[in-house]
Amino acid sequence: MTDVRVAGVGLTRFGDHPERTGRDLFGEAALRAFEDAGVDSADVEELNYGNFMGALAEHQGHQAPLMAEAAGVRCPATRYESACASAGVAVREAVRTVAAGDADVVLAGGMERMTNLPTDEVTEGLAIAADDLFEVRAGVTFPGAYALMANAYFDAYGGSREDLAHVASKNHANAVPNEYAQYRTEVSVEEAMDAPPVAEPLHLYDACPITDGASALVLVSEEYAADHDLDASVAVTGTGQGTDRMALGDREHLARTPAADDAADAAYADAGIDADAVDVAEVHDCFTIAEVLALESLGLFETGEGIAAAREGTTTADGDLPVNLSGGLKAKGHPVGATGGSQIAELTRLLRGDHPNSEHVSDAEVGVAHNAGGTVASAVVHVLEVAE
Amino acid sequence: MSDADASEDAAPTDREYAEWLDALADGGGFALVCPDGHGSLPPRRVCPECGSADLSRGALDETGVVETYSVVHVPSPRFADDAPYATAVVDFGPTRLTGVYREGGDAAPDPAVGDRVTVDVGERATDGERLVVFRPADGETGSGIER
Repeated sequence: MTDVRVAGVGLTRFGDHPERTGRDLFGEAALRAFEDAGVDSADVEELNYGNFMGALAEHQGHQAPLMAEAAGVRCPATRYESACASAGVAVREAVRTVAAGDADVVLAGGMERMTNLPTDEVTEGLAIAADDLFEVRAGVTFPGAYALMANAYFDAYGGSREDLAHVASKNHANAVPNEYAQYRTEVSVEEAMDAPPVAEPLHLYDACPITDGASALVLVSEEYAADHDLDASVAVTGTGQGTDRMALGDREHLARTPAADDAADAAYADAGIDADAVDVAEVHDCFTIAEVLALESLGLFETGEGIAAAREGTTTADGDLPVNLSGGLKAKGHPVGATGGSQIAELTRLLRGDHPNSEHVSDAEVGVAHNAGGTVASAVVHVLEVAE
Repeated sequence: MSDADASEDAAPTDREYAEWLDALADGGGFALVCPDGHGSLPPRRVCPECGSADLSRGALDETGVVETYSVVHVPSPRFADDAPYATAVVDFGPTRLTGVYREGGDAAPDPAVGDRVTVDVGERATDGERLVVFRPADGETGSGIER
């Protein structure tokens, strides 16, 4: 086993790219990652690429070879699909490949184009991450599924729409200085409360936007980094993945996410840390309630206590445990197949000290990234640490 | 294609679902139950909880209890003319069901956790496709409207 280092990260701006193809977006992210890493693309031994709905959005299947071309690499290339956790699982396999000594340099990340579809077709496209027979045909949409979880949470543990509005307001504030974010505008708690409903109790500002974008990471072995004199100060020290029943109604509890519990337990064990060590987190806030559920699965808050974290200021930029300093999916945007890679890119920048919000975590040593698919039937957690 | 019932018209992957809906519409809604009592919905070859292949049909409870719900305002195209509509997850004994909650007449759907409901098969307003529908059990909700 070897240490896995994040040698470089690359992102496109998240948002609307109506006249650009997915291959161009991923190519931009990959080239930026190579430049950031100082690694020759000819050294890449594998490409792990995440994408969810490219067949619907761009009428393009079999995207991995296309993305290898776009990145200028010639190596085994594979597309990973796990709904909104597609890039998370792609990165996880890259980490495992490097850790096992099977490759010294792997390019991992993902891309999604969504804004070229009308909103109702995106709604339909995202819904297929749920159980078609017993959820989608029963009217469950993606926001609707998280709304079911939100009401179940309120019933079990308390909390209110206003608590969720604090999550939205916090993450919008965090996105303001982030040059890659889709919405760099503040949203007040009152504005979030007054927004129109999407699927009650979730309203417009409880939901992530529809986004185009790509992410890329150059992951290398510790030995490669040393041999090539790379500035790769951040290591991926833990990875974990969990799976739950596909349909929300089949879960043990409607307001918890055991797949993320399992992923977190495995990632912490892999890293040899516990939740108390975490200084900063990027979590999968596709909806505001999802951030709450993530905080509890990661062990950062007790069950039933995550709902108050943003309102009480614990997870704000100046709080004890800043969460989603990137702006999160909520305000930075959520190109679903790119998100898992983007979270690790943002966390790497935060830990390196070159993120516009790094000042809020100047002493941070340990970060955790939480990426979820569907209603968290899939979950991936990574632990990143400052290695030197 | 024959002009026989939906279960024969349906694509093979959907046949067991169509047959399950037929049973639900006939008042014979069921779950698949393993010897340990885990309930699940077809098609199944093994219990998803414990892996047992010894599955038999177990009747759903006559009424179920709403565990959570949402009123959906932004629908997918297949529900365009149905919105706003309420979805709910309801405990029916051997298993939970997810469906659309409807009250009588033009009443806006207003379920609550803990409401007791019955289950039936209804149609989507948008295109007439069949779907699982919950209705308030007599006297158990504020609407008081019987169907």
